[in-house]
Amino acid sequence: MYAMRRWSARHSSTLKALYHQIENLLVKLYPKLEKVGIQKIEKPLMFIEKPAKSFLFDSQSCGQCTLGSTGMSCPMNCPKTIRNGPCGGVRANGKCEVKPEMDCVWVVAWEGTQNLKPEERAIQIVQPMLDWRLKGKSAWLRAAEQKVRELRS
Amino acid sequence: MTPVLKRSQLPTFSYADEPTPGENLPILPGHVSPGRLERVLRAGHFAVTTEIAPPDSADPEEVYARAKLFDGYVDAMNATDGSGAHCHMSSVGMCSLLTRKGYAMVMQISCRDRNRIAIQGDVLGAAAMGVCNILCLSGDGVQAGDHPEAKPVFDLDSMTALNTIRTMRDESRFLSGRKLTYPPKVFLGGAANPFAPPFDYRPLRLAKKIAAGAQFVQTQYCFDIGMFKTYMQKVRDLGLHEQVFILLGVGPLASAKTAEWIRNNVAGVHIPDSIINRLKGAQNQKQEGINICIDMINEAREIEGVHGVHIMAYRQEHNVAEIVERSGALEGRTPWHPGMYEANHSATQPTTTEDSTV
Repeated sequence: MYAMRRWSARHSSTLKALYHQIENLLVKLYPKLEKVGIQKIEKPLMFIEKPAKSFLFDSQSCGQCTLGSTGMSCPMNCPKTIRNGPCGGVRANGKCEVKPEMDCVWVVAWEGTQNLKPEERAIQIVQPMLDWRLKGKSAWLRAAEQKVRELRS
Repeated sequence: MTPVLKRSQLPTFSYADEPTPGENLPILPGHVSPGRLERVLRAGHFAVTTEIAPPDSADPEEVYARAKLFDGYVDAMNATDGSGAHCHMSSVGMCSLLTRKGYAMVMQISCRDRNRIAIQGDVLGAAAMGVCNILCLSGDGVQAGDHPEAKPVFDLDSMTALNTIRTMRDESRFLSGRKLTYPPKVFLGGAANPFAPPFDYRPLRLAKKIAAGAQFVQTQYCFDIGMFKTYMQKVRDLGLHEQVFILLGVGPLASAKTAEWIRNNVAGVHIPDSIINRLKGAQNQKQEGINICIDMINEAREIEGVHGVHIMAYRQEHNVAEIVERSGALEGRTPWHPGMYEANHSATQPTTTEDSTV
């Protein structure tokens, strides 16, 4: 929902903290999830993750959430799906070149970033290109997976 | 990167080892490409590039005729890649034809139409054809063009495209890890728009582009030098002008009416009222458009950290020569062009390598 999307960027700090909590919880539960089988968890988790993220961010479920570094503005709502924006086509009023009725996703991302503590801002990190095989899969699980891998190594 | 000498103190730029058309120059120490544009910029000269519009035609003669207009006035030409999401001859095709004549080309790659498999293949093909400069763009949306029903690809964005080509060049491999037997030796560029919001993020985005692999940037059209100066101040504060060559985008406006149309219809181009009023007040608006462009170039030359200009004269390509000549942007240099040594016997090709860039 568009209004919610704008709300989320205004409350990026709270939502980022919430995201952190979810990640910590999944990391803690990870050994148990492994016993059940990560693949089996994927679908039930998406049952919660997908509607939650759709409601808050208009998430497109790319499976590689980058909200933490974009001020909680989902870059997949950019008509060019630019993950390192904004492009040069932003209108003078901050609206999108392709969809003039929509605020540029990256103008919103920059605003959302301002609400974060300086040490939490990660908008300067060059985001890698998408792995399209992960579309529709749980990004939360991927993030937990990565964290666990880092902790174990 | 910053030259020790001021531009006025530099030795004359000689073309001691200009290529046989179609063959590349040797790569100088500290350079990544065998190209002329990188040489001019690294030597500290004020570079002049322009945009060549690809024809809606399969006739190579049309391409050659369009390039000839710029002979002796530009250091390199950008071959656009479906600009404005309109269909034209491909940038790979344009570059292939023109590098064989010896021209220095900047091949534009837009992420709108091709995925990572196609882009990497084109990079190898273009480098093999003698392309030494590649400029990565996200690209205009398909809605802007003549095929709005087309599927937008956008598998990569301008940053990941830069990163991809840098990986190919510096690590001699595809993204997949598969080895290249010979990497594409290309000087990498990007676009920058200091004239679109969010303004305070724009200099930081330039920093991000440098991190992704950009070695030079060409900006969107500048019609507001004050706004650009503010941007450049931040760029200098971040030290970015020492990490990337910045070419200011300029161009002649045909009339006040055109300017108003561009302002209202082309997203990302900022034209202040003062420019429109100046055009309105002129007896010959077209000539005034050229004067404004020349003024922008001369202002740009005074700004620390600006390394050249990129002249985009769509449908006014024949006026580029006048703009370059009257602005004096080349500072006495004559860029190489086909037939340069045959036409002027006094400028016989030197045999010694006294290249100032060495």
